[in-house]
Amino acid sequence: MSGEVPLWEVFIRPRNGLSHKHVGSIHAADEVMAVQAARDVYTRRGEGNSIWVVPSKAITASDPAHADENFEPTSDKIYRHPTFYDIPEEVGHM
Amino acid sequence: MYSQGLIGADGRTNETPEFLERFQRRIDAEEKIEPNDEMPEGYRRTLVRQIGQHAHSEIVGMLPEGNWITRAPSLRRKAALLAKVQDEGGHGLYLYSAAETLGVSREEMTEELLDGRAKYSSIFNYPTLSWADIGTIGWLVDGAAIMNQIPLCRCSFGPYARAMIRVCKEESFHQRQGYEIVMTLAQGSPEQKEMAQDSLNRWWWPSIMMFGPHDADSQHSDQSMTWKIKRFSNDELRQKFIDATVPQAEYLGLTIPDPDLKWNEEKGGYDHGPIDWDEFWRVVKGHGPMAKDRIKARKKAWDDGKWVRDAALAHAEKRQARKMAAE
Ligand SMILES: [Fe+2]
Ligand SMILES: [Fe+2]
Repeated sequence: MSGEVPLWEVFIRPRNGLSHKHVGSIHAADEVMAVQAARDVYTRRGEGNSIWVVPSKAITASDPAHADENFEPTSDKIYRHPTFYDIPEEVGHM
Repeated sequence: MYSQGLIGADGRTNETPEFLERFQRRIDAEEKIEPNDEMPEGYRRTLVRQIGQHAHSEIVGMLPEGNWITRAPSLRRKAALLAKVQDEGGHGLYLYSAAETLGVSREEMTEELLDGRAKYSSIFNYPTLSWADIGTIGWLVDGAAIMNQIPLCRCSFGPYARAMIRVCKEESFHQRQGYEIVMTLAQGSPEQKEMAQDSLNRWWWPSIMMFGPHDADSQHSDQSMTWKIKRFSNDELRQKFIDATVPQAEYLGLTIPDPDLKWNEEKGGYDHGPIDWDEFWRVVKGHGPMAKDRIKARKKAWDDGKWVRDAALAHAEKRQARKMAAE
């Protein structure tokens, strides 16, 4: 046994209709205790009605050093946006 | 903590002037820095130290107040104090979680606190001698914490700023429950009012020392301001605090224990008497009246909790093994 208590990322849904949002992390021996600890630490004042915990080591993140290549094409490919197309005023828009 | 392992493994940065300039441009543009972004080693080190100290302060800060939970004078006061102390524990945890995104582990931080290497706010090395102290701490110590923490909500490091927003939302309750306690005493019997005054006498100076040394003597300030970790200087924040609290004391009919305190029309703020920095440094260096007790209490909690941590991990392993066998 390593003796290190695992780390979990905590996601909370503020209310139905919204998606879960990352709020921070918590240490706990297992997923049951992680949910309990997350409730005590992150929802003392009605911050949400649903909690997800995910082992931190299960998360793979994109590399910020590659952010330019990864995310640039969206502004590069302006034809993806509706404003790229010229439509006469009188046709109106949907 | 998206990938704290990654940061821990290669935290080294190649700090050419171009690198530093690029980083500073992001800071100046008010861009938030996130854990996996490239950052100067000094920026990371400053934040690890500052967030760590801040987290330790929240945790150690539970002790002087926890001391009065069983002796709170009414159920209402007890429920409020319990909730407040629990909040402080939560603050410590949000902050540890923010520091961990920088690649430092919770175990390392705990170790540093327990072996005395890590610092925490010197205010918690003073004893809570009477119930009035619980009121004064909420009013002044949490009040000072609010002054310090509001600008930190705009700190350039994302996780720290986000943790501070959560913390600030909760501090206002702390400050108000404290002021209400002091107000009740100040408007009570002569003995109760005397208790409130005695408490103010003991906590005033340590509270204004919470803002740290004068700007001229503060080593890390300039760089922290340039990196927008800090937004106001120690003296600026101290001045705001004094200007806010003096009228609050007057309202209570209590006297601030500073004979040199007077309104300065020209600057639109109060002038205060000299601060005893020798005492400040003595307490920072661990010679405060309660320093040994605080660490002893933390160590005891950690040691006494060992079997719980071990049992929880053993239980988790057993469940895991059973699940695997069933699959
Ligand atoms: Fe706090
Ligand atoms: Fe507080």
